[in-house]
Amino acid sequence: MPLTLALCSIAALLCVGALAVALAQSLAASRVVYALCLGLSLILFAAAVTPRGAAALSTALPLGLPWIGAHFRLDALSAFFMAVVNLGGAAASLYAIGYGAHEKHPSRILPFFPVFLAGMNLVLLADDAFAFLVAWEFMSLSSWALVMAHHQDAENRRAGYVYLLMASFGTLALLMAFGLLAGSAGAYAFADIREAARGSPWTCGLVLALAILGAGSKAGLAPLHIWLPLAHPAAPSQVSALMSGVMTKVAVYGFIRIVFDLLGAPEFWWSMAPLTLGAITAMLGILSATIQSDLKKLLAYSTIENIGVVFVALGLALAFKSNGMALPAALAFTAALFHVFNHALFKSLLFLGAGAVQSATGERDIERLGGLIHAMPRTAFLFLGACVAISALPPLNGFVSEWLVFQAILLSPSLPQWSLKLLVPAVGVALALSAALCAGCFVRAFGVAFLGRARSLAAKTAQETDPWSLAAMSGLLALCLLAGLVPSYLIDTITPAAKLFVGGHVPTQGGIPWLSIAPIAESRSSYNGLLVFLFMAFSAFFAAWIVRVFGSTALRRGPAWDCGYPDQSPATQYTGSSFAQPIRRTLGSVAFVARDHLDMPAPGDTRPARFGVEIHDRVWEGLYAPILRAVDFCAEQLDRTHYLTIQGYLGLVFATLVALLLAIAIWP
Amino acid sequence: MGTLAFDVAHLFAGGLVLVSFVLLYQDRMTGLINIFTLHAIVLSLSVAWQAYVQHAPHLYLTAAIAILFKAVVIPLGLRRIMVRLRIHRDIEVVGGVGATMLLGICLVALSLVVMLPATAAAAPLAREDLAFALSVVLLGLLMMVTRRNAISQVVGFMSLENGLILAATGAKGMPLVVEISVAFSVLIAFIVIGIFLFRIRERFDTVDIQELDRVRGGRR
Amino acid sequence: MIFDLAAQAAQMILVLSLAPLLLGFTRKVKARLLRRRGAPALQPYRDLLRLMRKEVVLADDASWLFRCAPYLIFAATWVAAALVPTFATGLTFSWSADLIAITALLGSARFFLALAGMDVGTSFGGIGASRETMFASLAEPAMIMIVFVVALIAGSTQLSEIAFHMLSHTELRVSYGLALIGLVIVAIAENGRIPVDNPATHLELTMVHEAMALEYSGRHLAVIELAAALKLLLYVSLIACIFAPWGLAPHGADLRAMAFGALAYVAKLAVGGFLLALFEVSTAKMRVFRVPDFLGAALMLGLLGTLLLFVSRSL
Repeated sequence: MPLTLALCSIAALLCVGALAVALAQSLAASRVVYALCLGLSLILFAAAVTPRGAAALSTALPLGLPWIGAHFRLDALSAFFMAVVNLGGAAASLYAIGYGAHEKHPSRILPFFPVFLAGMNLVLLADDAFAFLVAWEFMSLSSWALVMAHHQDAENRRAGYVYLLMASFGTLALLMAFGLLAGSAGAYAFADIREAARGSPWTCGLVLALAILGAGSKAGLAPLHIWLPLAHPAAPSQVSALMSGVMTKVAVYGFIRIVFDLLGAPEFWWSMAPLTLGAITAMLGILSATIQSDLKKLLAYSTIENIGVVFVALGLALAFKSNGMALPAALAFTAALFHVFNHALFKSLLFLGAGAVQSATGERDIERLGGLIHAMPRTAFLFLGACVAISALPPLNGFVSEWLVFQAILLSPSLPQWSLKLLVPAVGVALALSAALCAGCFVRAFGVAFLGRARSLAAKTAQETDPWSLAAMSGLLALCLLAGLVPSYLIDTITPAAKLFVGGHVPTQGGIPWLSIAPIAESRSSYNGLLVFLFMAFSAFFAAWIVRVFGSTALRRGPAWDCGYPDQSPATQYTGSSFAQPIRRTLGSVAFVARDHLDMPAPGDTRPARFGVEIHDRVWEGLYAPILRAVDFCAEQLDRTHYLTIQGYLGLVFATLVALLLAIAIWP
Repeated sequence: MGTLAFDVAHLFAGGLVLVSFVLLYQDRMTGLINIFTLHAIVLSLSVAWQAYVQHAPHLYLTAAIAILFKAVVIPLGLRRIMVRLRIHRDIEVVGGVGATMLLGICLVALSLVVMLPATAAAAPLAREDLAFALSVVLLGLLMMVTRRNAISQVVGFMSLENGLILAATGAKGMPLVVEISVAFSVLIAFIVIGIFLFRIRERFDTVDIQELDRVRGGRR
Repeated sequence: MIFDLAAQAAQMILVLSLAPLLLGFTRKVKARLLRRRGAPALQPYRDLLRLMRKEVVLADDASWLFRCAPYLIFAATWVAAALVPTFATGLTFSWSADLIAITALLGSARFFLALAGMDVGTSFGGIGASRETMFASLAEPAMIMIVFVVALIAGSTQLSEIAFHMLSHTELRVSYGLALIGLVIVAIAENGRIPVDNPATHLELTMVHEAMALEYSGRHLAVIELAAALKLLLYVSLIACIFAPWGLAPHGADLRAMAFGALAYVAKLAVGGFLLALFEVSTAKMRVFRVPDFLGAALMLGLLGTLLLFVSRSL
């Protein structure tokens, strides 16, 4: 029943897309379409969370290729990810009901938005390779169309181009992975792949590598992440929220499905790639985020960091699973899925907030914002909540998933392989560094954009956003708070998926007194978000009360002290670039070869001094630029074949014929 | 007695690795020589403890030789060279100090990964001393590679030899003859290097290796 | 049940009341070591009372965040300090947050203080916030390595378990020594003591914590100063609980054991304050861009401690 409901809702979403084409230009069309998307997302969410019993539901439809058909399946993992995807989808749709009014060309966005949602949900339900890839392509192409919605801007065009290339590359990698898994028999249905005999270690390693390339590039794993900071800011804000918060999670689902489910029992060295790549991604992502001044690019890089954390947790789960340690594997897997849920919530909230700021001020550059906490108080409060959540600070939800990941890392010394034993603490150091840098990055983002004084007229005259957007953002923040205060129920929801894929599960958290979580019984480590929150609230009110009783309540306003030199000009405030300077100088000089240049005029010269920062994107310069140069070189060499004489063409045909005949002669 | 012996040996061997790291961090000549003295003292304490635990009195002599030569004679000699050659400068490092330290940690991890499985059949005390001794040797080599000053390369070479002594004493002691001959040859090498440093300094006015390389005509 | 709750409440009140005393004692010892008489040890209490009675002067551009931040900072720091075992282990709510959660609570306090520094839109607030961010980013990996070493030895990240393990298995371990030095370095950096920051001056060169709290006055400043004193107390208690837990009353002990534990705790605080003053008097403050080297040393010690621990455990 839930599966049929889900499939019908997906079909309905596709119809809404077609409807949007028909309705096109009218203003009400935008509201109608987004409202329909909201309703359908909620129905899909309900379908995902209705209890199904232990078995998975599956069905086969006579669509697609005649000898394969289309298989769909709803098991514990798909249900969890569907819940996450549709929460994000519902929030984005609710937000877009209000935000969509600002859109000048709704006909470029409205048809593709429901198709995007449909594609993502269909990927989660697909049970054979063909349906999976078709749905994956639906997802990629509709999001590409949405990225190109504002194509007048050259930057957006470039972003769309790079995105299309990387998405095609990812799909090709996944296609080859499925081809290897299906084997020469051509058994593309997942049920057949599960039952097939395991391939040789080389085949499995190759499939793992292809899965990392395919799913990892969509998720934003380094060094395949370069499209993300270009494409996510280019799309409209509700789409950015979906791409960053939800589409990356669909890619994580693809990775889990292939590596944990279809590949069978893992070897220990499979875990090393996700662990190292995840750690590098996390550090690179957050360092890049700390030096960005475009708010949306900053959020896109922060997504990369969180995806790195998820992959580290998945790598840990693989490492434990391959050594038969079921409980630690379940803990790591639970941590990964919990972080998937958390990130979908707070990243969507952050992007929605950034969209609100962009529509209120027209600016994305934080160096031209400031003082928005006075102009847009509610948006500022909600954005602050999201910043606290993403910085992994108790009592919100970000801390719970970080805590779970660290507890899994602390169990690593019981791994027998020395390489893993030494790798995991190093990865733990990288994660701790990126978590601390994340807090600093969001202090910078919130402090420069929302606090202080307005740096431009647009920031000074901004207005609060519409109530639909506020409602969507408040809903997301409430969910973040709930997940942070009572994480035990969410952990119990993840347990069925963990049982399926890693063969073990953390003890049931629902019955523990005071609603705390104690995932590893033998170390007796536990955390109680609700109690910490209550303690903090009690302490804050107690302090306020004591102060009120024993102290004075007098208050007056005056100019800022500023050591006696107050300057009213907002240009004397700390800019985002100044805030990032210590980190740029210490860590950035290694990561991006960051150099500060100061160009001082000679004494007597009246021209202004210039200060500049030089940043190199090492991944682009080291990996992509050489590939592009090689492609250019080959293309140029092959271009010669366009301008041959008739003699030349005949000679080419003759040479090929002779070479093939020789090959036939030599081949035994 | 069992675990106390192991714990104290672990303390001294781990301490030697720690002092090697501190040696790697130094960027001033006087500090380098002082820390090298400390290195030699920790080594002799470790050897003395091994003598006590293994009931091998000849190791006390090894410890005494280590103290006398490495902690007194050689540092005094280095100080004289430093004063005579007037090289009170800072020591330039190839690559940042942070990168060098991280590389040092990786080398310690590498020596653990290599040594511990390879010595699986031996006694725990010996295994641990061998693993840490290899770490000290590698750190000494790292110091020789990442320093541009000839004096610091000599100190790196000496600390490498300290690691070898640790290995030899850990693996159930070595005959005194071997120890004396090794120490003697190191002393000879030291004197020869010292003489050459004087000659180089007289000729070229510097003992900075990069400068010397440039005088020689760069890469060939 | 009532006894347990009363013990937990007593711990909360104890840390709150001892925090200014620790600060005053440290200042007094420092003054004496510098051959000054110094202010009396109870002076911080008088300072707090005086500040509470003064009028708050609020900058024109300050927002609601600026007014709420002191209470949030105080709440996070007090909760963290109240969860570190001081005179007894296994108190009623001690299991609600472990070592990682306590570190993260301090991170919350730091987050809000940095935001408050950015709120008024002055450059001093920005300096303080950006430097504090850099120090915190580099102190976190060191802290996680120290937690790793301690959790490996004790088998848990719960502070009561760690103290219990250390009490029952006293042994000589290099890794413990390295973790202790690392934790001392992190504590000095996090509390802004010499050689990382000078807590006694208000010069721009030495402003990290002072810069973020520069615009605060009156009762807000009193709350922030109390939170800073609590943070120092927390770190000294943490070092005492993990590395010198003798005297801690075990879980379910009676009033006499707890009273003895409280006396031992006060003695440990005195020793800690004395050593801190001694250390501050004997070194100079280092320039800001050498602090990463300093914290990198803590990270190295933690990594080395982990490696040494792996060696000794696998043999």
